[in-house]
Amino acid sequence: MSDLAGPELGGPELADGVTNGLAELAAGLRAQGSRVGMGELLTAHRALGAVDCTSREDAKLALRAVLCSDRGDLAKFEFAFLAVYGSGAPLGQSPFDELTGLEREALPHAGFQSNAGAPPSDDADLSPVPAAWSEVELLGHKDFANYTDAEMAIARVLIARLAQRGPTRLSRRTRPDRRRGHTPDLRLMVRASLRTAGQPIERHWRAPSRRPRPVVLVCDVSGSMTPYARMLLQYMHASVAARRRVEAFAFGTRLTRITNELGGRDHDRALERATEAVVDFSGGTRIGDALATLNREHGRRVGRGAVVVILSDGWDRGDPDELALEMARLRRSAHRLVWLNPLAAHPEFAPLTRGMRAAIPHTDELLAGNSLASLEQLAVILEEI
Amino acid sequence: MEAATEALASQGYLADRPLALAVQLAVVLEQPLLLEGEAGVGKTEVARALAGATGARLIRLQCHEGIDVHHAVYDWDYPRQLLALRAAEGGVDEGELFSRRFLLRRPLLDALEADADQPVVLLIDEIDRADDEFEAFLLEFLADFAVTIPELGTITAARPPVVVLTSNRTRELHDALKRRCLYHWIDYPSAELEREIVRTRIPGVPESIANRVVTAVGRLREQGDLYKLPGVGETIVWARALLQVGDDAELEETLGVALKVHEDVERVIARGVLDGV
Repeated sequence: MSDLAGPELGGPELADGVTNGLAELAAGLRAQGSRVGMGELLTAHRALGAVDCTSREDAKLALRAVLCSDRGDLAKFEFAFLAVYGSGAPLGQSPFDELTGLEREALPHAGFQSNAGAPPSDDADLSPVPAAWSEVELLGHKDFANYTDAEMAIARVLIARLAQRGPTRLSRRTRPDRRRGHTPDLRLMVRASLRTAGQPIERHWRAPSRRPRPVVLVCDVSGSMTPYARMLLQYMHASVAARRRVEAFAFGTRLTRITNELGGRDHDRALERATEAVVDFSGGTRIGDALATLNREHGRRVGRGAVVVILSDGWDRGDPDELALEMARLRRSAHRLVWLNPLAAHPEFAPLTRGMRAAIPHTDELLAGNSLASLEQLAVILEEI
Repeated sequence: MEAATEALASQGYLADRPLALAVQLAVVLEQPLLLEGEAGVGKTEVARALAGATGARLIRLQCHEGIDVHHAVYDWDYPRQLLALRAAEGGVDEGELFSRRFLLRRPLLDALEADADQPVVLLIDEIDRADDEFEAFLLEFLADFAVTIPELGTITAARPPVVVLTSNRTRELHDALKRRCLYHWIDYPSAELEREIVRTRIPGVPESIANRVVTAVGRLREQGDLYKLPGVGETIVWARALLQVGDDAELEETLGVALKVHEDVERVIARGVLDGV
């Protein structure tokens, strides 16, 4: 292994050209959303010094190991590398950066001021004025499909609050606990015994702590769900932002993971990114196929005791047998399986669509998910799990 | 570059070029190497082979849910402390009680306190099973290879160990941790390389068995809809199984070696995927 020793640290042979190339490469990666900092750049320099730079392939592999930190980065790296060192076209600006400003202007950004905090003026009209909370109350059972833009803005705040409530589970980590339990806290008892001449008189206990349980949200964004998809995506964004261990997926004819797109605090951009990532927005539905992908490619995210929430109306053009099979598998690997179907809010709802008939035997809970009230119901169920 | 490939091969680990390069960089640049990949592609084996090849001691920290500093770095031997306290009827002072005599050393402390002339490969296995708090601690640990034990002071590594982390991607690791590491995704090996691996791991295996098993596993991995695909580990065990029951045995009879989900086995048999192998 002697050949593995001592790199030439940033020797003079790493000329300006190399530095510029690396800077361009890093810029290319950043433009595609990768995080490449100064530290990585410096390491990249050292890595180039450590390998045989005359071999294009080696230099590329070395840079890849340093600059990528995720499997998803590999494709971005290929693209950026081609742009800088290959014959590929130069990297364009992301069209998205310019759009954002416009988009923000166009969207209703702020909610309505509540009347509650306004100072009463002298000539105050004494007739009853609806206060903010009553707007909220009115919205409670209103179907998302009938929302105006203004109501959406109000609901957004409430949805963010609902999204903070999630399931927990007992952890193997323990905390000191006052109640008498079954795990003695030996650490505290040794300390206490020092004061009592080695006699373990004071007893201390530990109890397991609670941790957030993983949640997987899977939202149907096909044509029939369009009126609801927007609000449900809001809920997903708020959940990803508010809690740890939340995964978000969207599907029409195929499944797209949108957890990373929904991340970040900027609400409008997050939704925009997610919409862009989902290629089949407002298209057809193949729930079985989407769940098959979830089971196979993301099985490990679901497997360890996650609560899976599917948001879909069950209009499925795929094979109902496949759907039943995948639902059965999903239920076996998940901790709980909850289905939110906006159609279920209708008093005469019966699971008549082929998809719903195939899926219902495998769900633990069926909720409506068409209004704030039903999302609150979901929050309550999640907390009880 | 070739040195790394050969060094790993000397331990029976056949690495492709990108992996060998990643390992070499991890050693030369003294940066932790984060390995991800499907189950059974040999992530853990990399560390073992690297340790064997460099004559280093392999120290392994298996992460699990709820792991904390007292599982990973050190703990005090409380039962013995209590006994010592009672035996001395309180005539023990605190310094004595919290001295090295009662210190339980866990893997990370072991790695730090190794002799300067004894190289160490530290394997932090399945880091994705640990929680965010532990990940944050690890980030600090990897930055300066030092830990502070309040009763004893700060302990710094005489020589930083080569660190290999593995993750199964059950959850996304924190960006900061990833950025500290070199990254490599281990893919399933090519059929050619996999045959070579079978031959290396089971010396004297008949060529026909190696061929059959690798072809069969290749076909299984081509099926787009299996829940769990067989890894390299399964290929090797399958070859061993055939060695036991005889080369003329039907592959479907021993399918349980490679596939562990009932529906997968049913599908493969119904479709006749292994016909003619």
